[in-house]
Amino acid sequence: MLTALDKKLLEEVADLHDQPPGAYNIRKDGEGIERRSLEGIEIKTKKDQPGIDVIVAAGKEGSVHIPVILTETDLSDLVYNTIDIGEGADIKLVAGCGIHNPGSGNAQHDGVHKIIVRRGARLSYSEKHFGEGDGGGRRVLNPKTILMIEEEAYAELELVQVRGVDETERITKVEVKAGGRLVMFERLLTDGEQTANSDIAVKLMGEESTARIISRSVAQGNSSQSFTPRLMAYGAGRGHVECDSIIMDQAKVRSVPEIWAGNAEAELVHEAAIGKIAGEQLVKLMSLGLTEEEAEEAIISGFLK
Amino acid sequence: MFTFENITLEFTVEEKKVPILHDIDLQLEAGKMYALTGPNGSGKSSVARVAMGIYQPTEGRLFYKDEDITSLSITERARRGIGYAFQQPARFKGMQVKDMLEYAFQHSDGVNCQVLRQIGLCPDDYLERTLDTSLSGGEMKRIEIATLLARNPKVRIFDEPEAGIDLWSFEQLIDVIGDSHREDTTTVVISHQEKILNMVDEIILMEDGQIKLRGDRETVWPQIKESTLCSCRTACRLGEEIYADCPR
Ligand SMILES: Nc1ncnc2c1ncn2[C@@H]1O[C@H](COP(=O)(O)OP(=O)(O)OP(=O)(O)O)[C@@H](O)[C@H]1O
Ligand SMILES: [Mg+2]
Repeated sequence: MLTALDKKLLEEVADLHDQPPGAYNIRKDGEGIERRSLEGIEIKTKKDQPGIDVIVAAGKEGSVHIPVILTETDLSDLVYNTIDIGEGADIKLVAGCGIHNPGSGNAQHDGVHKIIVRRGARLSYSEKHFGEGDGGGRRVLNPKTILMIEEEAYAELELVQVRGVDETERITKVEVKAGGRLVMFERLLTDGEQTANSDIAVKLMGEESTARIISRSVAQGNSSQSFTPRLMAYGAGRGHVECDSIIMDQAKVRSVPEIWAGNAEAELVHEAAIGKIAGEQLVKLMSLGLTEEEAEEAIISGFLK
Repeated sequence: MFTFENITLEFTVEEKKVPILHDIDLQLEAGKMYALTGPNGSGKSSVARVAMGIYQPTEGRLFYKDEDITSLSITERARRGIGYAFQQPARFKGMQVKDMLEYAFQHSDGVNCQVLRQIGLCPDDYLERTLDTSLSGGEMKRIEIATLLARNPKVRIFDEPEAGIDLWSFEQLIDVIGDSHREDTTTVVISHQEKILNMVDEIILMEDGQIKLRGDRETVWPQIKESTLCSCRTACRLGEEIYADCPR
């Protein structure tokens, strides 16, 4: 049975108001509590490690929700999930982790996702992180995503952390084969004493492989952020990395995009910017009647949308 | 009535004081349309920015409906019914046209797509577009004008609304500005366009941060021609050595 708190967390991280429409697996406080497999989308418990295997048959279309929620304090949850998207399939996968830490101990979730998007398949993957709780305990999330995009396959990753996560170490590794395409959006907001590190490594392995990485962040309070996206072209691939941060208060942001090419046909571009909210943007919204605070809020929520 | 009383504006650039506006005295009446014109850099946008509260004058006072608004914030002025369509609209990453219009409508009445249609953009094509570099200059400009129309303020200042707008939309734009003008609104159009100068009740000509002349078209028009067309040649004659590179 899902409690009201469970439902709230699920809504925050997976937009779930009700039972998920397609296949799903809900993990709570270190255990799977609800699951539904469908024809062509099989969800199995791993035998050797904590976690699940999600196996999508070739050509299958549909959605899979695999959210994780933590509602206890002094809990460290480590999980390994393997997701296999069959050739030509078209899948929307919603992961995400919501933590409500009621006590003063740590609540930590380390999720390792290994995903393969087979030849010609499409995957839209969304992972949202959210934390809350007023017991003073830390909320820690360390997601590691290892993604293989096969020939002519397409993957779109949306990684979002908007509020309440005290500490996050995010590692994302992607390999893109010939004709494969990756689009990755990362959005992050930190406040207070929070820290967030994101390390992304994308390898373009084959001809006509492409990658677009767009990272947007807002750092408030005394928080600190560090981004190190690396884009490496082993084959004749094309890629673009864009890191854009709004810095406020006493926050610190470090942004080090790196590009590397080992192929004369490769084309890679990186851009990085850190700056405060533009004065002209504030002034425009205030001239429409918004207060300065409302204007800041509007600019940030648009920026992170 | 919107009144500028001895407004002086100075900026400090590299520890030096740079005068921008000098002793501006201006009364703008409700129900009237004004054109504010003059050479580039003469201070037209600065006047608008002082009115909106974006620039704080170094000296002087501003009154709106007998209230001293000199120390009011931009927000407070907006809520009292003062509006400004910027010369160079700000771009916003991630913000959609419909968000901006919603903000614009928030402190006035009525929400519809009519304002987009009015300025010649199909709502279906534009409501979900993002106000970033993916919109052209002319599109940004039209949306900027739409946000002012959406707010429907009592004092409305359009800063070179024609800039970047293509020729055949220009006529339509003039109509929209003219039609939106009411008996209780004060409309100020900053412009260099003859068509706009022809449609207003009064023209205010600026030069070097001062009001050089104001009056109806017949009085001001001959002076404008002279002032804008001759400024370069006059400058060259005034100081050959300083303006040696000035094209003749
Ligand atoms: N924020 C600022 N800091 C320093 N100087 C400024 C600032 N804003 C305006 N100025 C200067 O004030 C003068 C008047 O500028 P303003 O933008 O008001 O001119 P304008 O008449 O609107 O010109 P244009 O026709 O080119 O739009 C210019 O010399 C400009 O460089
Ligand atoms: Mg100007």
